[in-house]
Order: sequence, then structure tokens, then C-alpha cells
Amino acid sequence: MSLNTSFLKVDGEVKSPRSAYGETLVELGEKNNNIVVLDADLSCSTQTCMFHKKFPERFFNSGIAEQDMMTTAAGLALAGKIPFVSTFAMFATARCLDQIRNSICYPNLNVKIVATHGGITVGEDGASHQALEDVSFMRSIPGMTVIVPSDYNEVKEAVRYAAQTDGPFYIRVSRTNLKTVFDENNYKFNPKSAVKITEGKDVTVVTNGETLIEAINAAKMLEKDGITAEILHTPQIKPFFAANDLVESAKKTGKVVTIENHSIIGGIGSVVCETLSELCPTPVLRIGTNDVFGQSGEQRVLMEQYGLTSEKLYEKIKSFLMK
Amino acid sequence: MNGNVLNISFKEFTNTVRGDILKMIHGAKSGHPGGSLSCVEILSVLYTKILNVPVEWKKSPDFEKRDRFILSKGHASACLYSVLARLGFFSPDELMTFRKFGSRLQGHPSTRYGLEGIEASTGSLGQGLSMASGVALGLKLDKNPAKVYVLMGDGEMQEGSVWEALMAISHRKLDNIVVIVDRNNLQIDGSCDDVKSLGNLDKKLEAFGFEVQTVDGHSEDELTKALNAAKAANKPSAIIANTIKGKGISFMENNAGWHGKAPKDSELEAAMEEIK
Repeated sequence: MSLNTSFLKVDGEVKSPRSAYGETLVELGEKNNNIVVLDADLSCSTQTCMFHKKFPERFFNSGIAEQDMMTTAAGLALAGKIPFVSTFAMFATARCLDQIRNSICYPNLNVKIVATHGGITVGEDGASHQALEDVSFMRSIPGMTVIVPSDYNEVKEAVRYAAQTDGPFYIRVSRTNLKTVFDENNYKFNPKSAVKITEGKDVTVVTNGETLIEAINAAKMLEKDGITAEILHTPQIKPFFAANDLVESAKKTGKVVTIENHSIIGGIGSVVCETLSELCPTPVLRIGTNDVFGQSGEQRVLMEQYGLTSEKLYEKIKSFLMK
Repeated sequence: MNGNVLNISFKEFTNTVRGDILKMIHGAKSGHPGGSLSCVEILSVLYTKILNVPVEWKKSPDFEKRDRFILSKGHASACLYSVLARLGFFSPDELMTFRKFGSRLQGHPSTRYGLEGIEASTGSLGQGLSMASGVALGLKLDKNPAKVYVLMGDGEMQEGSVWEALMAISHRKLDNIVVIVDRNNLQIDGSCDDVKSLGNLDKKLEAFGFEVQTVDGHSEDELTKALNAAKAANKPSAIIANTIKGKGISFMENNAGWHGKAPKDSELEAAMEEIK
């Protein structure tokens, strides 16, 4: 398969995207005294504990009080700091939606929300902890930049990018330890365009987050059937600057599939449909959780049950193309 | 703005502010007279005697050192706008644009429009105190001796996140915060006691680790003394300012119906007579 190996790893090692976040915070904290970090009693899970250990005077644990944490971050930004705020995606977004909208985005404050445990792969904790709507919530707020990175190296790049770019950000990090996709030396995060992972002519596959690796594996299976998939990875879904890349690919393939570890409502599936319906009407299959709540289970079991493993993707894409 | 900056009496100043509030809300045909009138003395004392904040605003070399004021009860915006305009932050001519399309004087304060004197965007209740807490943390990190003052509504204290913020401020020993509660005892649906009682507010605040003072929120002297004491305190301070909703206008006083309603022409006329 024509994997774009100039910036991709052929067989990357498994690494934790959350550790990437913790390590990058320490790196940023060393360079800039204005970086401050807030967490709500989940610092070991989100890995902000690394920053806490290194810079205790710039780390603020809000305890189990996310709304106060989010608005305190707004106040720190008002005072000229660059706050990174972390907890699970469920609590960072749903619980604090008013605070994020009115106290962070409306005044356009420089607050970086980096939420971990996005998606169904939270696993055994079940539906109460599985954020399947967080991207949708964040994407609908004016002024919010939304990024869903795919691996350890891309989390690092996205967090660095957020730190140096003024304004509110939402970065969604998965719980899962993932096979590294991007080469740390040759991959540069670029919000201005889609990342073309593979060249193909039969179907365009748009994805981000932890489903990228699944999409790559599904494309390998499709190739054995003589189907070539063009995978576009779009980590930044708002503002969405990849419209031209998407339209160009859709014109070539005539069929588009979106894949996300999120509800099919409001995430990358919606972005693609909104973009194509305006610029280049094309049949789209949205793959994600289908307007349902999750449930308890092991990560791989859930991925399979909700149709997000490479095998399931292969089947769904194939039947979509047969239509 | 240290010391008394007024060249008119305090009473004349507060009457001017009350007149502005009524005319602005009448002109906008909407707004919140009750809760704006209840905090006239609080904001007037703060801005004329307590806060160190330059009217030149961002152009001042002392801008970073200024004390911060956050109006958590953002619906009292008319009162804040009038006080700021009358002290020279911006022209009083702008007051009558209040709540109109294209105005910098939004229904609830916003930092988006560059209005001089506005520190924070507020309006959704229960968030100003957490915001103040973040600002206070930031000031401490920078070793900036400025203080942060927050005005809360008493009804607003029903928001759960207010208590999260109080707990955090106390835990972090943020002695650079002064919380003032405009205790006018009324909210939209009636008396706070009927809707959801705050109970012993002073005891609650004390239990959360605050130094608490209770004053007559319409007394220049009591407010001044309490705010000066709060400024000097070495722990987080709260002042419960007992006030009258609609204060100064007989037919608006203690009447929840005037929480969010504009006076008609005849009502404006009668009200203006009372504050001549």
C-alpha cells in the first residue's frame, strides 16, 4: 500500500498519548513561566502529575470541582497566564459547558482544555465516563479550536501548537496506549491541511484520533480486494481548514467514509457532511457511535461491538462501496 | 483612584448614578433596575474610595498594578456603566446606547467590545467568584500586590459553583480577594427565603474560612470601614452588605417585580422626582 512513509512510521511502538501530554507540559513549563496547569483530582490519569511534580507552585488541583476549575482557568488567563486544564473529556465538557462558553470562549481567553479519556475506549467504567459527544459540544462554540490527535507524537505537536497560539483550545486525548503512527523527526502538525496518509482512488476515508490506526489497517485489508482507499487524517476539525483537500479527494473517489471514536452526530462525520454538501455533494458513510450511550467492557471488545476495529471498518466500507 | 475623587457630595453622586440607571433602562425598554439600584452605594464607595484603578485604563503605565473588580451579578451592569462613565472611564454620552444594537454597553458586561473599566465578561451567574479566584492566583504568582473585588448577588449564592469557589479560595489562602454580597433578599421569583433560603449566610461564609463583616449596604461610612478592613485582612474576606432592592425609588423598593422590568414614561418621571 502506498503509505506516505516520509512522515509515517512503518511499525511504530505502542506509546501512551497521555504521557505525551504530561511530558510536553513539563517541556513547555521549563520554557515559559506563564504556563500553569489545573486538574480536578485526576492528575495521575491525565498525567498532569508530571507538571505538578516539577512545578508545584504552578499546579492547581481544584479537587472534584470542575466548574470552579474551568472558570478559575479563565481568571488565570485574564491575569496573563496560559492555563492548561485537564480532566476526563466527559467532565471537562458536559459538566462545564456554560463555563467554557461564557467565561472562556465569549471573552476569547487563552485557556487550553486538554481532556483525556475521550471516546468509548474509556472501557470498564462504562457510559457515565465515556465521552461520545464532547467534540460536538466543543465544536459548536464560537472561537473554540478543536483538535483530536492520533498518537503520542501528534499529541506532543498539538499541545505545543496550542501553547503558542492565542485563544481557547480543546484537545481530546484517548486513554488507550496506541501504536505510534507519526515519525517524531519528520512529522510536523499542520492545522492548515489534511494529512494524506495513503493515496487511493476508490474511496476517501476521513478520520482522526485513535481510529486512524484502525483505518490504516482496514485500508490494507481493502487493498487485498483491489480497493484503494485514500486516507485523510484531519486532526484539527475546527476551524476546519482541510475543505479543499477533502473536496479534491471526494471528486476523485466519489465516495467518502468518516470514522471516529465519537458519536456520528457533531464530530468529524458532521464536519465532512457539512463541507461536502456545500462544496461537492458526495455520498458519505459516517462510522462512529450511532446516537447511543456506551457500556462497560474491555477496550478491544467495545471497539468491536461499536464497529470501530479495522475488521469491522473493512466490512462496513466494503458494503458501502458495493451499494 | 485613591482617596475621594469626587468634587460633588457622595449623595449627589449616587443620585446621578440612580438617575442614569433609570434613564438607561427606560431608554433600552429593558434591564434590571432592582438589583442595579441596590448596589449603587457599594460600587460608588468601591470606585471612589477603595479601588486603585486608573481611569486612563490601558493607557496608564500603572495598568498592571490596578485592583480588579468583577461584577459577578452581571445584570447590575447599568450601575457599573454609570459609575465608570461618571468617573471618566468613558463618556457619559455613551450611557444611552445601553443594550442597543452595536453598543459597547451590552446587557451584561463583556470584554469583547473594549469598554474601558470592564475586567470580565459576566452574566451567567455563579462564575465571577471562580474567575476572581483565578485572577487572584495569577496576581500572587506575579507577586503583584493588587486586590480582587467581586460583587455577588445573594440569589446568585444559590449556584453550587459559588461554594466550590469559596472552598478553593479558602484552601489556597487567597487573602487578596474581597467578596461582597449584595444582600437585597429578593430574586426574580420572590424572596430568597421563599425560593431557597441562604440561611445563616454569615455563619456559612465563616465556616468556609472567610473573615465576615455585615454592614448596611447603603451606608457610605459602614461600607468604607468594612472595605478598608477587608483590604488589610490576612485571610479571604467577605462583606455581607444588607441592601434594599430598588433602593431610592419608593415604588420599586423591596418589590421583586422590578427585578427585570423597564419603567414606563410616567414611572420614570415619578422616579426622577424622588432623586432630585
